[in-house]
Amino acid sequence: MLIKCPHCGTRPVEEFTFLGDADVKRPATTDPSSMDQWFDYVYLRDNPKGRFNEYVHHSGGCRAWLVITRDTQTHEVFGCVTARDWAKKQGAVR
Amino acid sequence: MKYSVFSLLRNSFSGHKNWTPAWRDPSPKKGYDVVIVGGGGHGLSTAYYLAKEHGLTNIAVLEKGWLGSGNIGRNTTIIRSNYMLPGNNPFYEWSMKLWEGLEQDFNFNAMVSQRGVLNLSHSDPQRDAFARRGNGMRIDGVDAELLDRDQVREMYPFFDYDNARFPIRGGLLQKRGGTVRHDAVAWGYARGADSRGVDIIQNCEVTGIKMQNGKVLGVETSKGFIGCKKLGLAAAGNSSEVAAMAGMKLPIESHVLQAFVSEGLKPFIDGVVTFGAGHFYVSQSDKGGLVFGGDIDGYNSYARRGNLPMVEHVIEAGVAMIPSLARVRVLRSWGGIMDMSMDGSPIIDKTHIDGLYLNAGWCYGGFKATPASGWCFAYTIANNEPHKLNAAYLLDRFRRGYMIDEKGQGATPNLH
Repeated sequence: MLIKCPHCGTRPVEEFTFLGDADVKRPATTDPSSMDQWFDYVYLRDNPKGRFNEYVHHSGGCRAWLVITRDTQTHEVFGCVTARDWAKKQGAVR
Repeated sequence: MKYSVFSLLRNSFSGHKNWTPAWRDPSPKKGYDVVIVGGGGHGLSTAYYLAKEHGLTNIAVLEKGWLGSGNIGRNTTIIRSNYMLPGNNPFYEWSMKLWEGLEQDFNFNAMVSQRGVLNLSHSDPQRDAFARRGNGMRIDGVDAELLDRDQVREMYPFFDYDNARFPIRGGLLQKRGGTVRHDAVAWGYARGADSRGVDIIQNCEVTGIKMQNGKVLGVETSKGFIGCKKLGLAAAGNSSEVAAMAGMKLPIESHVLQAFVSEGLKPFIDGVVTFGAGHFYVSQSDKGGLVFGGDIDGYNSYARRGNLPMVEHVIEAGVAMIPSLARVRVLRSWGGIMDMSMDGSPIIDKTHIDGLYLNAGWCYGGFKATPASGWCFAYTIANNEPHKLNAAYLLDRFRRGYMIDEKGQGATPNLH
C-alpha cells in the first residue's frame, strides 16, 4: 500500500499511522442534549466495504494529518489531501 | 451415525466406502422458527445449542460461502480464559469448560489439547501486571500460575533470556489453555446441529432483512425469501454490513489480521507461548508447522489479506523471542476480517428490533469463545433475554458507559 502525501510524495504505508473514519462529525456543542450526537461520533461507524475516507498521520514523515480515500476491499488508494483541505471541503473551516 | 471405535472398525472392514456425509445439503424451506446468519463457528454453535439445550430444531443456518470458510478456519487455534475483568472472566471460563467436554458432547474429534498458554513478561511492571491478572483469574476460579525466569527456562530453554532490549523475566501460565483443531470445531458443531434437524444452507447470501412494525419477518437471500420468527446475526467481519440491512449502525470496525504457518519441523514448542514485548504468539501444529500471528494491520479492511510491514513486525518479534526461528521458512500467510469493537469486547444481545439478535464484536478473540458464544447466544435467542454470563455484553453498554476495556485503550478499534 503506497500513499501519496501532498508534502512528501509517494511513501510506503509503514510511515503512516491510521486513526480511522474521517466522515464522523464532531458535535459543535457539549450541551447535554447533544449526547446522542456525541455517542454517534465516538462509538458508531458506517464501516463501509468499498470506498472509505480516513484520517492518517504521516508519523514517519512530515507529521501532517492527512485524509486518504481508499477501497477497503482492494486497499487501492484513490487520493490523499491534508486534513485542513479536507475540513475546508466539508465546510468545517474557512 | 455415532462415531466410535466400533463405527471405525466396521467401516474399516468395508474399505471406508460406507461412511455417510456428516451433514445434509438441504434446500431452504419457506420459513423457520430461527434463522442464523453466518455458518462459521459462532453461528453453527448457536444452532447446535439452540437444538440441544432449548429444543428448537426448526432452524436454518445461512452461509454466504462454504461452511467454516471464515474466521473459524483462519485463526491460530488458541483457547484460553486468562482475562481479568469481571464481565469477561466468567464467560471465557465457561467457554473453557465447554471446550473440555466438547468432543464427548458433540461426538467429534476436535483435537482439544490443553497444552498450556504461557505469557512472557519482560520487566518488573509487566510481572506485577501479570500477578494482578493471575489473581483476577483465580478469584473467578480460573487456573493461573506466576512463573519466574528459571521456571520458564526449564520449559523453554531456547528462548532469548538475555535479549538486550526485552530480557525474559518470567511468565503467567494457564495450564488448561491450549489449542483445538479449528476446522473440526466447525464440522463437529455442523454435524451435531444437522443431526438434530438444523438445516445448514451453504452458498446462500443474505441480501436484505424484511421487517414490519419493528418486527423481523425474514431474510432476502440469493436463494429467495426465507421467513423466520427470530433472526440471529453472527456474521463476524461482515457484521456492520448485515446489521445495516436492518438499519443499524454498530460500534464496530472491520480490520484485517494476518496469521502464518512455517514449514514442518520436528517437535519444538509443546505449548502456546506469547511474547510480552510485542504482539506475537506461537504454537506448533501436529503436522509440525509453527502457527503464529501478531497484531491487526491497523487500518479498516475487508480484504482478507494484509501488507508487508505487519509481516515484518511479526517475524521480528518472533525472532527476538526465539532466535533460532531466524532460519525457519514461512510456508503460508493469510488474513481474516475481524469485527473490532469499540472496547475490545464482544456483543451478545437482543436489539431494539423485535426478533433480531446480534452476536458480533469478537475482535481477534473469537475462536476461544466459540462454545460459550453459541451457548449464550442460543440462550438469549430462546429466552429473549441475555444469560448472566453474557449480561455484560450488551449493545447499549457503549451509550451507558459500561465498557469492558481489558486494554484500557478507549474507543479505538485498531488498538484493541
